[in-house]
Amino acid sequence: MPDLHGFGGQLALGLWMTVRLALSALGIGLVLGLAGAAAMSAPVAPLRWVARAYTTIIRGIPELLVVLLIYFGASVALMAIARPFGYTDYIELSPFIAGSVALGLTFGGYASEVFRGAFQAVPPGQSEAAQALGMGRAAIFFRIVLPQGWRLALPGLGNLFLVLMKDTALVSVIGLEELMRKAQFAVGATKEPFTFYLAAAVIYLGLTIVSMGTLAWLERRANRGMPGVRAS
Amino acid sequence: MPSASPAPSTDAPSRPASGESSGTAAATGPVLAVEDIHKRFGEIEVLRGISLEAHTGDVVSILGSSGSGKSTFLRCLNFLETPTAGTIRLHGEEIRTRRDRSGALRPASHGQLVRLRTRVGMVFQQFNLWPHMTVLDNLTEAPRRVRGLGRTDAIRMAEALLEKVGLADRRDYYPAHLSGGQQQRAAIARTLAMDPEVILFDEPTSALDPELVGEVLAVMEALAEEGRTMLIVTHEIGFARDVSTRTLFLHEGRVEEEGAPETVLTHPDSERLRKFLARHLH
Repeated sequence: MPDLHGFGGQLALGLWMTVRLALSALGIGLVLGLAGAAAMSAPVAPLRWVARAYTTIIRGIPELLVVLLIYFGASVALMAIARPFGYTDYIELSPFIAGSVALGLTFGGYASEVFRGAFQAVPPGQSEAAQALGMGRAAIFFRIVLPQGWRLALPGLGNLFLVLMKDTALVSVIGLEELMRKAQFAVGATKEPFTFYLAAAVIYLGLTIVSMGTLAWLERRANRGMPGVRAS
Repeated sequence: MPSASPAPSTDAPSRPASGESSGTAAATGPVLAVEDIHKRFGEIEVLRGISLEAHTGDVVSILGSSGSGKSTFLRCLNFLETPTAGTIRLHGEEIRTRRDRSGALRPASHGQLVRLRTRVGMVFQQFNLWPHMTVLDNLTEAPRRVRGLGRTDAIRMAEALLEKVGLADRRDYYPAHLSGGQQQRAAIARTLAMDPEVILFDEPTSALDPELVGEVLAVMEALAEEGRTMLIVTHEIGFARDVSTRTLFLHEGRVEEEGAPETVLTHPDSERLRKFLARHLH
């Protein structure tokens, strides 16, 4: 066990912040992903255009830039909104919120495509049976299509979450004290970069392993009753 | 509540406020009256004007080669497919429609469409049970969500229906763990759970292994004996002859021959039906 020079507690705080950031970005991203998938197959053309534009922009811009654009862009926007009310001071968005939104937007952009593919893979007969029984659109989506599409989307979403968790390190550039930033502090104070970057790497790896275990459990749950998949 | 029991309702007792426009006429008129249904997919006219009347207790078998439009016709009756022209009346109440931009007729009133669908059930060739729910949940889902039945009532009714189709001991199984015949019987029970007045069967035994066909036909025969009104698209000529009260033979989107099954199926007028029967009667 390498000597952490008393920075162990700081790294633990950073880890906690990283986990919170990843989970709140995941929440935002799942909602955006579902909305994006719904919009992509909407009967209204402008909705489809908006969804297309969203996924194209997100997939075309480096994650680091999305974080910076949201953080500084939100400040500019908030100040523009506040000025007519006589408030002229500099407004700063909390790095946690900016980071959650930026990573959530990224996750959502990719998740839209994952969800869309998954919903399309649910056989049309499934919805038809529900329609024939008089069920409405919302009930059909939430009770029939989503539970089955969810199962198909899980592996893809899991991958995106693993990427998201490592992207949380990018939010250190706007000053959020998550794991990466805490490690940098420790490096600055102790002049032992390898020790602390290695420690951070081990912690990220640990997070990934825990996530993969959770994902495997979720997949087993979602596959209950499904033919041809490992039952346990 | 009478609708919670799986018993047949031959004399249509107190249905919840639905047939207001029909009232007394319902006792004598047809349950389902379909007039001049047309359906076109792009350039191809699949249905070229089919009419049909079904009275309470009628079992109408619909025969025809593949491509004759029989499944499309059935799917137009509950608007899974939108007809291009024609009218559908349930107990004399016409389903109001409007033309959408593609020229298809869509139901004008969502409420009326839901009412039509709750009163006209459908059984599919591929069963279409929901694989993520147990058999019991498959049966209780629509009654709870559409008819607003309470949980315990819905379960009690579902259990009675499973008993009736011989699947009482399979209530907690997932569909994937049932044989094809059991799945189709569960799907029939799911349709019965809405207590429909008319049941549409879309080739209910075509996806089954030959040795499993009998158990599904037996359930359907029992429903016919109860006095259920049924429209059955099928290739089972023997079943059509023995169980149905009327037979329609479709060819290229038109009714080619129609009448009592014993007449139509034993002394067909048209060469086409003769050939069709020769192909299917062995």
